[in-house]
This record gives sequence, structure tokens and C-alpha cells, in this order.
Amino acid sequence: MTQRPDGREEGGFSRRTLLKGAGATAAAGALGGAVEALAQDAGPGLPANASGIAGPGPVPMTLRVNGGERKLDVEPRRTLLDALRGDLDLTGAKRVCDRGTCGACTIWLDGEPVYACMVLAIEAVGSEITTIEGLGTPDAPHPVQTAFRKYDALQCGFCTPGFVMSCAWATKTHGAELDDAGVRASTCGNLCRCGTYPHVIAATLEAAASEEGK
Amino acid sequence: MPRKVTYTVGQAGGPTREISVNVHDLDVDPWGVDAKLRVVGTEVPRLDAAVKASGRAKYTYDMNRPGMAYSRLLRCFHAHAVVTSVDTSAAAKMPGVLGVTTLLDVGGRITFAGKGVVAVCAETEEQLDDALHAIEVAYDVRPGAVTTDDGRAEGAERVDERRDNAVVGRRGRQERGDPDAALAAAAAQVSATFRTQVQTHSALETHGCVVEPTGDGEYTVWASTQGTGSFRGTMARALGIGADKVRVITEHMGGGFGAKLGGVDEWDRAAAFFARDLGRPVKAMLDRRAEHLVAGNRPDSIQEMTLAANAEGEITALVGTTHGTAGNGGGGAGAANTRIYRIPNLRMTQTTVSTFAGRARAFRAPGHPQGIFALDGSVDALAEKMQIDPLAFRLKNDPHPLRQVQWRVGAERIEWERLRREYPGDGTVKRGVGCAAAIWFQRGRGNYVVNLQVARDGSVIVSNAVQDIGTGTRTVLAMLVAEELGLTPERITVRIGDTNFPAGPGSGGSTTAPSIGPAAREAGYHARLALAALLAESWECEPDKIDWSGTTFSGPGGKNSTFDEACKLIGPEGLAVSGQRRPNYKQGFSGETAGCQFAEVEVDTETGVIRVLRIVAVHDAGRIVDPLTARSQVVGGVIQGVSYALHEDRRMDRNLGDMVNPTLDTYRILGIADCPKIDCLLTSIDSGFNNAGMMGLGEPVTVPTAGAVANAVSHALGVRMTELPITPARVLAALGGAR
Repeated sequence: MTQRPDGREEGGFSRRTLLKGAGATAAAGALGGAVEALAQDAGPGLPANASGIAGPGPVPMTLRVNGGERKLDVEPRRTLLDALRGDLDLTGAKRVCDRGTCGACTIWLDGEPVYACMVLAIEAVGSEITTIEGLGTPDAPHPVQTAFRKYDALQCGFCTPGFVMSCAWATKTHGAELDDAGVRASTCGNLCRCGTYPHVIAATLEAAASEEGK
Repeated sequence: MPRKVTYTVGQAGGPTREISVNVHDLDVDPWGVDAKLRVVGTEVPRLDAAVKASGRAKYTYDMNRPGMAYSRLLRCFHAHAVVTSVDTSAAAKMPGVLGVTTLLDVGGRITFAGKGVVAVCAETEEQLDDALHAIEVAYDVRPGAVTTDDGRAEGAERVDERRDNAVVGRRGRQERGDPDAALAAAAAQVSATFRTQVQTHSALETHGCVVEPTGDGEYTVWASTQGTGSFRGTMARALGIGADKVRVITEHMGGGFGAKLGGVDEWDRAAAFFARDLGRPVKAMLDRRAEHLVAGNRPDSIQEMTLAANAEGEITALVGTTHGTAGNGGGGAGAANTRIYRIPNLRMTQTTVSTFAGRARAFRAPGHPQGIFALDGSVDALAEKMQIDPLAFRLKNDPHPLRQVQWRVGAERIEWERLRREYPGDGTVKRGVGCAAAIWFQRGRGNYVVNLQVARDGSVIVSNAVQDIGTGTRTVLAMLVAEELGLTPERITVRIGDTNFPAGPGSGGSTTAPSIGPAAREAGYHARLALAALLAESWECEPDKIDWSGTTFSGPGGKNSTFDEACKLIGPEGLAVSGQRRPNYKQGFSGETAGCQFAEVEVDTETGVIRVLRIVAVHDAGRIVDPLTARSQVVGGVIQGVSYALHEDRRMDRNLGDMVNPTLDTYRILGIADCPKIDCLLTSIDSGFNNAGMMGLGEPVTVPTAGAVANAVSHALGVRMTELPITPARVLAALGGAR
């Protein structure tokens, strides 16, 4: 159900496919089915009516975020990004393009990077969500964060959490095998307006080469 | 009484000059070119890197305040229209709606797509969306030009009914010498029309604020602004209260590039009124479409240039006109295309054309990337016509002593001679190399005060209202103070971006570092003097008997003390001093900062696709305090320049008057996959204008990039590229025209 920053789409149901399908008559049935499936996934925590439709008002749900469980009430149309930022005050992921282009909202869903603006909060029920806040702290940073500081791979810093999540995924996945082209491919779904790309590449390669970055 | 100081400024190992300056009696002596510095000039990671890289930095967009409501504007997307009816009754009754205010009544005229018509405030963003959709506004839609060509056409609808759309501004005419005679006598001349597009700033954090009433008629405002002071002043005026009742906080800021100067906008005012009336915090951030349409842009340009030289290869004349649109505003669409080179005879007329489009705002080196694209394009064309190497031609006509050095340094780095010889090469994929010049003139200004507190435990706090927009201001302030106190920069706590501290400069025109840095240095110096006075008391000697080695104090009889030991003499109440920015020294090394860039490109002549392989950027910005963050600014300016050269283009629908690509997937900016290799060469000099020898860096680094890329593409193709962005379609069209 996820749109990855590298453009690859995985199975399931994304906000993009939802929007694309909204014009078709089949959409209502598809939507109902998906939510029903989600409701089953989520167990008794997610209320749905007899047709398996949640909403339109706020729906109580539980999200697994950074290793903990967080309860919240949000409308089914609220994106995961807005739920994280507005309801859980996890504001590291940024709302910038709000349409799956810039990667500033990149988080990990079950260990894979996704655009949080392209996932509904309700879709993320049952998944393991990792945000930038769960990756490292200023005092105990992830190797990618350490390297970003060393190479000054940030200026205004607004794209930085998204880049860090993409780069940390790349180092986790490719380890010391990661090369210049690999960093570019892993972050080509992230945009930076201040222009830090060369420093992002240098920082990520160093983190990948380090022991903990693997 | 000011004291006279004579010292050497310029580049260590390069051009220098000795100057005599009057130094304010409270200020520290200037460093000069030979200063041996311990912190300044070393690579220091920015102080807020960890908090930013861990996602903990709180930007305005990230503020979630207890009881916060949301506000947004219903916008009109017609370029030219008159409101004929507004019905907000349904919206006002909807769940969660807290307020509805009409900004434009029936009869109100709209002169750009994106104008706010109704402001709404609601409990949640979803409820806000629903309410905005429920408002009915009808318009009498009128014709209106949105492009420069259409705006200046005969019979075009006037934006301002009282005057023509096309206006030559106050500084729109330049003339010197006898350009007509010089053209008649020229050994060679070239004429071409250069066109550049409208570019939008596209900062990742959109404009906006969170306004929170704090009781007693006072407000705290988190604002995404490049000027905390101007934002406070304009917000106070909007609310009809004193500036003392408004506190503006900008701890971190997600990009501005000029678009966030100048204070509050209509959406900020709407949020403030809702906050006042509701007694609750209200958040108002622009969405991406509005950011593109209403929050500023770089004007386009049509530059007709004729450049001439004598038989010796000396430029003798430049004659030209420019037209450009800054949207529905008046002036500000000029192109800086008459500087850099010695041009004894000149006539340039610059016309700004009003159009029914969102207004331009200052954008990183206003007028310059477009002007240099046309000027350096003309220079290349003339050199080519005279069969002179373009670099040799520049060396002959460029009077700036430092740029003379920079041209050679950059040429050597990119291997100019070899590449000019070997390129464009055989086959369908051609390569080329080109260059262009940078200029800027920011020495810093103002009389800003930096406060500095030292506690007996040795902790140091530096404070000022100045915002760090991503340039590293926080780090630069810490480094300058650390240098004076013999500390590491990490020891210094910098509190900025808050109008509760002394006023700081707005971050525009590359002013920030040279405007606030010298005050920080003076503050550090005053803290050192205060500690020396305490030591003198303790050591029972005169304060002038205390020496400072850069890390330790020493006094008579072999006594010495580190900073931390001296701090133990401070009373429990702590020590507070300040430093002030003094007027610039009159002389200086050069009033202009210099720079140049070289581009190496590859062009597929079958597809028209351009790859920028490499940029060599050579720049001076006075003394470089932190080469690490300075390089980031250079790299950033280059990347924005490549993006401007090849991709970015605000496309307007000429019939509907709306922007057709107001998103980040359709308004293309350069991504990491296409990012060239960038060599950044900083020529640090003492500028001779202030105690730290600093000047501004942010703007000049984006000035020459598009010109250098265009010249490189022209070299590769053997056809002059005269229009930005240089898209594959334009490459193929140019090749088709040449065939």
C-alpha cells in the first residue's frame, strides 16, 4: 500500500490510487472493502458500520509509532502525515508539497520508506511506523545524522528529516556497498531547495561505510 | 574619540592594499589580512545541525499550540475579475467553523490569480477545507495579460487604471559616453535578444505564522520570516497595537531566498484578527499553490543587447533595452546587465511591464542571474565573432583585481584550455565549457546590538533577534565570540530569532553576517575586557597590564588565567556586556565582492537533454568565518542556478491567467540525480569595511551559474542559447534553426 520515494509502488491501497479511483463507479466498493480489511486488521480498536465503512467523523484508532502505541481520533481522510504532525506532535516529517513529490514527509512504514502525505492514517493501523524522532536523538544520533552534521548536509533543514530517513534506509539496506549512484537513487524522491545534494551524498557514503550504518 | 588604525586588507598571498581607518573608541581593532585566528576560518559544524537532523527543530509550520485553530483564505484564481457576489452563509454554519471574514466586497477588483477573497477559521484543517468549499463567490471575469509580451501589447488592459502597463523606472535609464559613435567605430559588434523566465522561490516551508494571544492585549507570533523585526512592526500595525505588545519568534526557518522579507501579508493579518477575536492561537500556513502564486517570484526578462569592441578586443559600447514583468506591482523587473566589464559607452533602458499576475519579491540577487546571462552571453558571442578565447576576452575587459585572480584559478581547476580545445568533440553527444561572472556589494549595515552574558560557571549566552534562515548565522555568531574569548564555538549558547532580544538585521541582500558579525565580535571583546578588569582587581594591577594571548590572560609577576578561571571572579549575578555594529570604514579593499563560475556540460543532440557535469565556483565574500557552512551556501547558489538554467519556469495560461504548474511535481526544481559535481573555491579576504572584514555571500553565488551553463551549452552546440530555461525542446529548436 505504499508509495516509496524511489517510485516503486507496493501492493495495496495508497492515497494516490484512492484519488485516481475516486471518479470510477467501482471506487465506493473498493474503498469499503479496503476499510473493512483494515478494520479486521486493526481488531476491535477500529469501529466501522455494518457496511464496513469508517467515518466520516473522527474514528478512534491506535498507531504503532517508534515502538510505542499511540491512540488518536482522526477522520478517515486525514493523512498519516497530518496525524503524526497535528495529533501526535511528531513534527519532524514536514508537509511541503502534500502530493508525493518532495519527500520531506518521508517516514518508514514496516521498515520501508514512504511518503506520509500519501498514506491515510487509517491505512497505517497495524503497521510499524518509524519517524525521524524514532531514528536518533541529538544526543544519541543515528550515523547518518552524525554525518549530516559533519558534512553540513543541511541548510534551512526543512527537507533534512525526509532526507535522513531516505539515507538511513539506504545505509541500512545497502551498507558499505552503497555508492554515489545508490545514494542518488535512494534520495531522488527527496527535494532540497537550499541545494545540499553533494553534502548529502558525502555524508551518506560515510555513514554507510561506518560499522553502525550497516 | 575614534582612533586611527592602519592595516593591510585584501587576500593573503594575493592582491592587498594598506588602508587607514577610523575605529570607534569602543570597537575592537580590525583583524587585517595577516591575523592569526584560532576559530574563525576553521570548519565548524553548524550548531543547530543535530537538532535539525534529528527532526527536533521546531519551525513555524511545526507549532502546535493548545487550543489552536486553523485559518486559510478562499482565493480567486482569475487574473482579472470583479467580485459580483459573495455568499458565506452556508460556510459560517458548518461544524467547527469559528470565523468567516470577507476580504473583498462586491465590486472589489482582483488583479492577479491567487488573491484572497474570504478568510475562514476553523477547529480542524478538514473542517476548514469543507467550509472553503461551501463559499459561493461570483465574478465578472475580465481580460488581462499575464506575460510581458501581452502586457506591453497595444490595447492591453491596464493593471493600474491610472497609467500604462509599461513604465521606465526611476533608475531605468543608464547612459554614458557616446554609444552611437562607439558602435559606428567598432571593429565588431553582436546583437541578440535574451529571454529569461519567471522563477518562483519555492521555499520548502511555505509562508505563514501562528498568532497566539497571551493576555493583556499581547501576542506571541511564530513566523516564517526573514526579518523578525519587520514582521513584529507590521503585525503590531495590523493589530493597531504597539510593537511592544508583539513578540515574534523565528527559531528555525524553512527557506526564504528573499520571498519572506517585508513583514506580514494578508493571510497573516487574517490569522491575527481571528486570534484576537477568538482569544485562541490561530495557525495560517500557505498551501503550495498559493506559495507559487502569491508569495513572490523572480521577474522574467527580454533583454535586447548590442555589444561592441575595438580591434584590440576592448569592449567599447553596450546598447540595449530590457522588458520584464514583476506582476501586478510597479517596478523591480530590471536586469543587471551593465556591470562587471569596462563599458565606456553605454545606453540601457529598462522597462517594467505590469501584468495581471502575482507580484515579484526580492529573489536571491534580484536582477542579476538574468542580467549576467545576457551580458556574459553577449561577451561570449562577441569573443567568438572576433575569434578571441572567451576567457582571454574577459581578462582583458574585467577591471576587478580579485576577479582577475579568480578567472585564472577557476580556469586552471576546470582545465579551460584543454576543454576548449577538445570540445565539442565528434558524435551526437557534444560537450562544452563556459564561464560567467559574479558581483555583489554587501558590506553590512545598521547599528545592531548583540548582548552577551557570562556566568561564573563559564557559560556564555549571545543574544539578538536576528533569524538564521539556513545560512549558519547562529554558528557564525558563536565563532566570532569564541574567537575573542579563547573558547570553542560549541561552548557558546546562541539565542536568536526572538524579538525579546535586541533588534537584528533582516536577512536580505546578503546583509546578515556582515551586519551582525562585527557586533558579536565587539561583544566578545567587551566581555574579555570586563574579565581583564576583574583580574586586574584580583591581581592588584592596572587593567592595561593584563595581556591576552588568544586563550589566556597574563599579568605582572608571571600570573596567568584561563577564561574559565577568570569567570570565577564574576559575581553571582553574572556579567553582561554588549557589542554594537559601528559604521562601515570608508575605504576597504573593494566595494564589490567578486566571483566567477565555470560550467562543463554534455548535450545529447538527438534528444536535446543537457547534463551539467561540473561547476567550478570561485567566490569571495570578505573574510570567510566558517568555510564549511560558506561552502554550503556556494553549492546551494550553484544548484539553484543550474535549476534556473535548465528547469524552472512559472507557466501561465495566457487565456485563464492562472499558473498551470503550481505544484512541486510540475514546477521542476533540480533533484539530486541531476546534481553536477561542484568545486567550490573560496578566496577569503579581509574586506576592510568592519572589524571582522566580512561581506555577504548568499547572493553572488547564484549570479553567474545560468550564464555559465548557457555559454557551455552554446559551446557544445555551436549555436547561441538565448532563452532560459534551456529545455530539450529549445536545444532541438536551436539546432534546427542552425541547420
